[in-house]
Order: sequence, then C-alpha cells, then structure tokens
Amino acid sequence: MTASANPSPAVIRVTELKKQYKVGAETIHALDGVTLDIRAREYVAIMGASGSGKSTLMNILGCLDRPSSGMYELDGQAVSTLSAAAMARVRNQRIGFVFQSFELLPRFSALKNVELPLIYSDVPWRSRRKMAREAVDRVSLTDRARHRPNQLSGGQRQRVAIARALVCRPTILLADEPTGNLDTVTSAEILRLFSQLHEQGQTIVIVTHEPDVAAHANRIIRMRDGKVLSDLPVEQDNAVASHREAALRVQKGAP
Amino acid sequence: MRLFLHPISLLRLLLQSAWLALDQIWANKMRSILTTIGIIIGVASATAVIAALTGLRLYVLESFESIGTNKIFIVPERPQTGKLKNSNGWLLRFHPEEFSGLLEHCPSVANFTRSMGQRLDVSYKDKTESGVSITGIDPQWHQIENRFVTQGRPFSLIDGQQARPVCLINPKVRDKLALPTNCVGETIMVGEARFTIMGLIEEHPQTGMFGSGDSELEVFIPFTSAWRMNNGFIVGIAASRSPSVSEDARAELTFFLRKQRHIKPGEPSTFRLEIIEQYLTQFNNMATMITLVAAGIVAISLVVGGIGIMNIMLVSVSERTREIGLRKAVGARPGAILLQFLVEAVILCLFGGLIGIAIGETLTYGLTKLPNGGLAKASIPFIAIVASFFFSAAIGVASGMFPAIKAARLDPIEALRHE
Ligand SMILES: Nc1ncnc2c1ncn2[C@@H]1O[C@H](COP(=O)(O)OP(=O)(O)OP(=O)(O)O)[C@@H](O)[C@H]1O
Ligand SMILES: [Mg+2]
Repeated sequence: MTASANPSPAVIRVTELKKQYKVGAETIHALDGVTLDIRAREYVAIMGASGSGKSTLMNILGCLDRPSSGMYELDGQAVSTLSAAAMARVRNQRIGFVFQSFELLPRFSALKNVELPLIYSDVPWRSRRKMAREAVDRVSLTDRARHRPNQLSGGQRQRVAIARALVCRPTILLADEPTGNLDTVTSAEILRLFSQLHEQGQTIVIVTHEPDVAAHANRIIRMRDGKVLSDLPVEQDNAVASHREAALRVQKGAP
Repeated sequence: MRLFLHPISLLRLLLQSAWLALDQIWANKMRSILTTIGIIIGVASATAVIAALTGLRLYVLESFESIGTNKIFIVPERPQTGKLKNSNGWLLRFHPEEFSGLLEHCPSVANFTRSMGQRLDVSYKDKTESGVSITGIDPQWHQIENRFVTQGRPFSLIDGQQARPVCLINPKVRDKLALPTNCVGETIMVGEARFTIMGLIEEHPQTGMFGSGDSELEVFIPFTSAWRMNNGFIVGIAASRSPSVSEDARAELTFFLRKQRHIKPGEPSTFRLEIIEQYLTQFNNMATMITLVAAGIVAISLVVGGIGIMNIMLVSVSERTREIGLRKAVGARPGAILLQFLVEAVILCLFGGLIGIAIGETLTYGLTKLPNGGLAKASIPFIAIVASFFFSAAIGVASGMFPAIKAARLDPIEALRHE
C-alpha cells in the first residue's frame, strides 16, 4: 500500500516548510523545505538523527509553533496563519499531542487531567465527565482514574496523556517520542496501544529513534538536516535501511 | 488578545477559573495569606476610619441637638453687592428698637432675645477678675439657651424697662470672687458700675464636644442696662417653634427685618441669619476632609498591597509556566489563560478584603468601648463594606492584569520547554 495508491484524502499537507532559528549571528535551518502529505487512517513514523528537525516539524504540525515559511494545510484549511485564539481552537478540536515527558498536572487526578482539553472546548459540563471516562477506558486505565500522576507508573502516566490527547476526538494524533522516557516492556505496551488506536481508525504520526517502534507504523519518513531523506512504506523502508547499513559497513570497512 | 466568547462560555470559563483559583490559593495557603496582608491592613484601616467618622458624626450631631438646632442667630452683614457694598460695617449694626414687634410678625419664632457681649473687670471687696464675659440679655434668653436661674430670681420686665443695675452670675464667678454661698443681694463692681446680684444661673450644660474644659466666668445683665453702658454690637437670637419650621422662621425673620431696615425689593439684605445647621455643614466639610486624608493613607496601603499581589502573581506565573504551556497546547485560548490569572488575583484580593472587613469590624467594636465614649456609636456603614469589596476586586484586576497578560502571551513551545 503506497501513499499514492491510498484513496483517502490528505489530512495534513505541508509544502516547502521552513523554520529558521537565529542564534546570535548564526542561522539554524531546523526545517529546510519539507513537503509531505499525510492521509486519513495512516500511521506514520518519523525517524532521523538527533537535531534533524523532527520535533520542530511535529510542533508545527501540532499548531504549537509556526513555520518561518511554507504552507501547512490541515483538513484543507491553511492553519499556520491563523490568530493565536484560532490556533488554540485547532489544537483543542483537531489535534491530540502526546509529549515525551507526559506533561500531566500533578495536582489533578488522572480523570481531571484527561478532562483538561474539554474545559477549553464547547462541550457542556455534564458531557465532560462522560467523555473523559470513555477516553480513560480506551487506554485501559479505568481503575486508575482517581489516582494522581505521582501515584502512577511511567507507562500509566503516558496512557493518561494519550487519553487526554484523544478526549476531544482529534483528526490526528501526534506523538513526539512517546516512549522516550519508558523502559522496553512499557514501551511495547504503549506501542500496542497506538496500534490498537490505529486499527480503530485513528490517524497517527509518531516520532521515534527506535526501529522496533517504527516497525509498528505503515509508513516511515526519515529526516536529515531539516529535509526529508526518504518517505516509504514500512516494507520498502526496511529493505532500503538494510541496504544502506550494508553500504555504510562497506564504506567504513567494518569487519 | 480578544475574548470573543459567547456569554455562556465566558460564564463557564469564569466559574472554571474561580474553581482553579480557589484550588491554587488553597494549595498555597500560607503564601496567600502573607500576600494579602497589605490588602487586609488597607481594608481594615479604611473600614475602621470610616466607622470612627460615622460614630463621630453621630456624636457631633447629638451635641448640636443639645444646643438646639432650632436656634437662629441674627447678625449684621455688609452686602456683597448693591450700593452698600463699600459702606462702613459699623453703621449697619443693629439698634435695640429694630427688633420690637418681632414675635408678633414672626409666628414660627417661639422666643427671641437680643444679646450684647463685652468683657470687663468684675470685683467684689478685694477680689478682682478681669476679662469676665458680660452679656446683656432679654428675659426669654433662658428658654432659648435652656439655662435657668437656680437661686434668686430671673430679670423682671421692670428690670429691663428701667435698665436696672442688676445681674445674674454663674457659680464660678461666685467662687472666684469669694462671694458668700447665698450671694443674692450682694453688690459687685462690673466695670465702673455697681450691680446687685439677683440670682445664680446654671452652668453651661455639659454638651458633648462643647462641654469639655472649664466653663467661663459669666455675668448677665438686662439688655437695656448693657446698652446704656455701651452702644455695642447686638446679636439677635431667635428660636423657632421646632427644627422643622426653622426655614419658615428664617423666611419670616428675613421679611420682618428687611421691612424694619427699609430694604427695597431687589436690594441685598444688610444682615445674615445663621442656623445651627450651617455649623453642621461646616463639620461635615471637616469630616469630608478627614475622610479624604484617611482615604489617601488607605489608598497608599492598598497600592502597596496591590504591588504585593502583583509580585506573587508574577511568581505564580513563572512557577506555572509549564502548566500554562500545557494548557495552551491542549487548546486554552490566550483569553482563557488571562482570565484564569486575573480571577486568581481578584479572589486573592477579595479574601484579603473579607478578612480586612472582619478585622475592621473588630477594631470598630474596640472603638465603641473606648472610655471617653465619643465613638460609642461607631459602626461601618453597609455601603462602606460593599465599597471595600469592590475596591478589593478592583485592586485584584489592576495588580493581576500585568501578570495575567504575561501568562496569556506565553508561547506554548517556549513555556513547555521551561524548567
Ligand atoms: N528554540 C530553538 N532555538 C534555536 N535552535 C533550535 C530551537 N529549537 C530547535 N533548534 C535547533 O533546530 C534543530 C532541530 O531541532 P529538533 O528539536 O527539531 O531536533 P530533533 O530531530 O527533534 O532532535 P531530537 O531527536 O534530539 O529530539 C536543532 O539543531 C536544534 O538545535
Ligand atoms: Mg526531538
């Protein structure tokens, strides 16, 4: 299944996206002309070396940041030029963002944390609790709903964060290294959860360093120096990757 | 950074913010209390000062009541306009006969007396007192001033008609001149003339603020006798039948005296009527002054309190930068963040105000128990409590605005990166 063969419409379309940071006299090109489409129901993994611009891209896709130039359309609407309030609304309604460090509010229970996006939405008071419970059920944390973050394990905390990202039923779920702070076993659990959500029809973009994580996805985008290096379905990517590794070994003259 | 929200959403957000703020304040109980001390002191002192002034006003009002608010003083006055504008004031003074027939023409006036004061030496045997107040009065003076003869008798009509050398003294004169306890019939020297004591007059009643201190040495003589000694400056004192008709009395007196003085319609009067209420107005002006000064002091302490609130809100914003970033990341509009911090500052100030009012009430209770009793009726008017509340809220808005704007303007990514 290639991207071009997929009949579903593009949820995300970015064209020639650039982001520069000025640090002193130096200009850092964190993103240097990224163009890509992401279609509904895709599960995309973004990989690349540290500093290649993955987080920068994710922040822009999540409407947390604005590009220096280029176009970003979400569901056919140009969003990077919206006002701060309109951007907030987009984040609230259409985007679920999962952070590496969970970002839960320590004084609130898991359920209250999940409810947080709803208080900034138009959802009436009475429906909120119900929606939050549903989201907590989806991440299988029903029996921990009353616990505070410091009473939960890392994996459970990330589940709370995922429930919070899902509670407003976003068009797209974005996760920047969601397993970065977790051990292998817990990571596997979280990845299973993502796969499950994908099977339920959720569009997912995930940033990761680990090849096993990427293996769960159905498309892998590799980045280097702010550019897209390759953008392939997972099977082809694997082939290319092993080929590339072999080439590298030859270059380095490894045994 | 607009707050373009539906009223219901706004209300919902407000309640939400209030709930969050209460939670936050509760989480930092000690800090919140310390922060609001400025507001507490400001509101407590403001309410206490207002309570004290309210009590003082009542007290002064009662004091004036005891002198009689139905008293009207009639004094000559050079008009500000007209042909008499530059005349010699002395020529405008009253003559004794100008008042004859006054009571018949002024039905709202119950009593009237002419009064003429001077200061002379008074002596008895080898004792002399200088600068004694000598007042010429008509018999009705007793009713107007509410001071009566306790020993001997008041002046008779004959005393007045014949300008007899008779006098009434107060007990203080008797004591100072070492007169016998029953001094009626004794003769004293008033200035150059001999006067026979007819009776003893009550001391000036101990009326509130005017009663404090020593009473004067007072000698009273018939008005005509005084006039014979010295053609001085006459003041008329009228008492209206009741304070409610004092305006009528005033109008009648004006009409009567203008006729007596042959003042043509349109020309200004050459006299002035003073009602005790005018002095009340003066007191009110003074009280307003005190209020303003106190308000200034209180305002300063509230400004200091406000700066304290602003400071703690800035601390709060920087402590919760990550939380703000997260809230923004999940869809909080700048307006919602602004409101959250603004509401927190306002609630903090309202708490301060509430505690301040409670302390103010306690202080007021203390004031009412003060030994001299002048503030026995001190109390915080309801309007002052309401005003304190609004004022506290206003300080909350003023001091919370800057930190709240700062929070609302935070960039979500920057904020989430904050350590
Ligand atoms: N706020 C910033 N100011 C200056 N430079 C920045 C800023 N944010 C990112 N950069 C630079 O932009 C480049 C891309 O950073 P980014 O965080 O997107 O990398 P990444 O691919 O997410 O790396 P990692 O895998 O380590 O998370 C880096 O060189 C980084 O130093
Ligand atoms: Mg990154």
